Amino acid sequence: MNWADFWEILTLRNYNTRLVILATTTLGAATGLVGSFLLLRKRSLVGDTLSHATLPGIVIAFAFMTTLGFNGKSLPGLLTGATLSGLLGVLTMLAIRRTTKLRDDVAMGIVLSVFFGFGIALRSMVQDLPGTQAAGLDSFIYGQPSSLILADFLLIACIALVAILLTSILFKEFTILCFDDSFASSQGWPTLALDIILLILVTAVTVIGLQAVGLILIIAFLVTPPAAARFWTDKLTHLSILASLFGALSGWLGSSLSATQPNLPTGALIVLTTATIFLLSLIFAPARGALPRHLRHRRLRRKVARQHLLRAAYEILELQSQKASSENSAQHEVQNRAFPFPLLLAKRSWQPRELNQIIRAEKHREHITRHPDNTLLLSEAGFGEAARVTRNHRLWEAYLVTHAEIAPSHVDRDADMVEHVLEPELVSELERVLRDKEAWVPMPPSPHHTTTS
Amino acid sequence: MSWTAFDTWIVLIGALCAVSCALPGCFLILRRMSMMGDAISHAVLPGLAIAFLISNSRSSWIMFVGAAVVGVLTAVFTQWINRLGRVEKGAAMGVVFTTLFAIGLILIRRASALDHVDIDPACVLHGAIELAPWDTIKVLGYEVPRTFIVLLLTCLLNLAVITIFFKEFRLSSFDPQLADTLGFPSPLLHYLLMILVAVTTVACFEAVGSVIVIAMLIVPGATALLITHRLSLVLIIAATFGILAAFLGHIGAIIVPPVLGFERSNSAGMMATASGLLFLIVWVAHPKHGLIRQFIVSRSTQNNPSTNRDTLIG
Repeated sequence: MNWADFWEILTLRNYNTRLVILATTTLGAATGLVGSFLLLRKRSLVGDTLSHATLPGIVIAFAFMTTLGFNGKSLPGLLTGATLSGLLGVLTMLAIRRTTKLRDDVAMGIVLSVFFGFGIALRSMVQDLPGTQAAGLDSFIYGQPSSLILADFLLIACIALVAILLTSILFKEFTILCFDDSFASSQGWPTLALDIILLILVTAVTVIGLQAVGLILIIAFLVTPPAAARFWTDKLTHLSILASLFGALSGWLGSSLSATQPNLPTGALIVLTTATIFLLSLIFAPARGALPRHLRHRRLRRKVARQHLLRAAYEILELQSQKASSENSAQHEVQNRAFPFPLLLAKRSWQPRELNQIIRAEKHREHITRHPDNTLLLSEAGFGEAARVTRNHRLWEAYLVTHAEIAPSHVDRDADMVEHVLEPELVSELERVLRDKEAWVPMPPSPHHTTTS
Repeated sequence: MSWTAFDTWIVLIGALCAVSCALPGCFLILRRMSMMGDAISHAVLPGLAIAFLISNSRSSWIMFVGAAVVGVLTAVFTQWINRLGRVEKGAAMGVVFTTLFAIGLILIRRASALDHVDIDPACVLHGAIELAPWDTIKVLGYEVPRTFIVLLLTCLLNLAVITIFFKEFRLSSFDPQLADTLGFPSPLLHYLLMILVAVTTVACFEAVGSVIVIAMLIVPGATALLITHRLSLVLIIAATFGILAAFLGHIGAIIVPPVLGFERSNSAGMMATASGLLFLIVWVAHPKHGLIRQFIVSRSTQNNPSTNRDTLIG
């Protein structure tokens, strides 16, 4: 394969592959859109259930058409059978869900296995029908994109268009259904009808996808693009558009790739393309990806550790200054001077190794210096920062004690959880509130007994 | 129509398979992983393909190991994606098994293109329950079907593990947080259950085909959960319904096709159908929560609102 050929296929200038690529791209866009609602409704595997539940319908349609003397493999007939039994399956699932205490996944599993088993039993009966081979039905399991003709593509395009239009019209209704269905029904929305419409849409795209990518791989089209899009955004509109794009992209890339070489099954390549998109999103997506989240988490943890160090240092200095100045005056000024390492270590429940690491990080920021006699000295900037951090902590503690009525003995832990994310605006707001309460001081005293030790 | 020793073996094998699947299946339902059986049935494909490519033989032992390893991997990957990406379990499962299936499909196509060996992805590991009694081995002087022994061992393994860890499984299924705080290793238990499910399903696929396994993992357990909520009873009732479904399914496979004018049917499919019918019966006719009862109650409250008020007050 060379790049020119591949480019020709990608840009749809190759007549042989154009139709397949267009069909899978359209299908991907439609399934991605519909699948986003399934994902939020925690019913991603409905596609799985549906595609298995179509089997008895396909077999019955086949047997019916054969006994009546028509061509048993005529596509519209088989698709009608598939749709009817798929719908029956979905309605059974909804009925189980609504009239018993069993959860969605159980309802889906029951419908899937029983319908599929029934289909298998029927198929082995039908195999003996005179003059026919039911073996051709297997093409539905793995898909036969190369057999797509223009009429099939038009069918796919029409259904996909209807699905996209209907979803856009009912966007608000589907949103409320997905996020809080009990609220929706209490507000008078017809949740059952909406549920059925959504599942009819899923049935439609699944059935038309059967021939293109096959019974099993259509599931990937419904599940993976929305799951990948979920990593990038928290907004449903963005999610559905992105899922649609991902679906279309994988349909386009996957079928183009499979066209470059013989013997590469199209459906499988499309699935691998979506899976790659999913994996990349899982790792790198800025909003909810694993790596950015891990980095954010680590940055926050380090910031918290550094602030703990500075506050501990400040409180040590405060104590020393208090001791030194208690004889001559009540008004004390905190002096910056060197203090021994063990004193710092005793301040919080940290391991020596861990504390050394934090100190190194702060040394790097030129906030602290370490002397050979194992004493530590805050720099000018470090002292200022320590005072600021401590003040934030005390302000927040004072606020919790005076306004949130939290007992002073509990306040430290609660304050700890929020103080590290205090924004400057919030700090000035705290100052204002506390000044009104006349609890205001440049550096509020700690509500705990600091004189011991 | 006549009942032969083969029919007895088929029902016995079906019943063993039903019990081995129904026991871990109840826990799958409680852990909201009901679709696991179906996921594993598709996901084992690359395991089979790789085992075949490495060993270049269709020996069932190597295939079994390959499939079981990939079955466990399916559960592991699903768990990772669920934890790492905070993706809902069903979606994570869907992503994993479709991807594995696609990889398997490509591997098999490549293998058959290179070596001119044809592996039909649909039937490598998909045994047929009708053929099971023909493949016999001698045990203690008796001619016994090989699959009977395999399934008996699987069933005993399941029984043993679930009996030994019953308390732990129960707690970690109902309240994993509490199990964690009490010091039970719930991730370990989760993986133990997943290994059990993978081994059971793969052993049963090989013996009797996937159709019956997917059904027996969920349907008997779900039927039992409609009847009771005591876990020990759920397990016993599920096993009973599984055995009943195997028996009725095979009778159905003998009786139904001639009525409709066909020659034969597929016992595994019929057993799955029978388990579904049993579920339907309980669902409709359960004296307390059944559909008929629900219908009567809603009618009587509609016709006579005062009864409703009375029951509310009383």
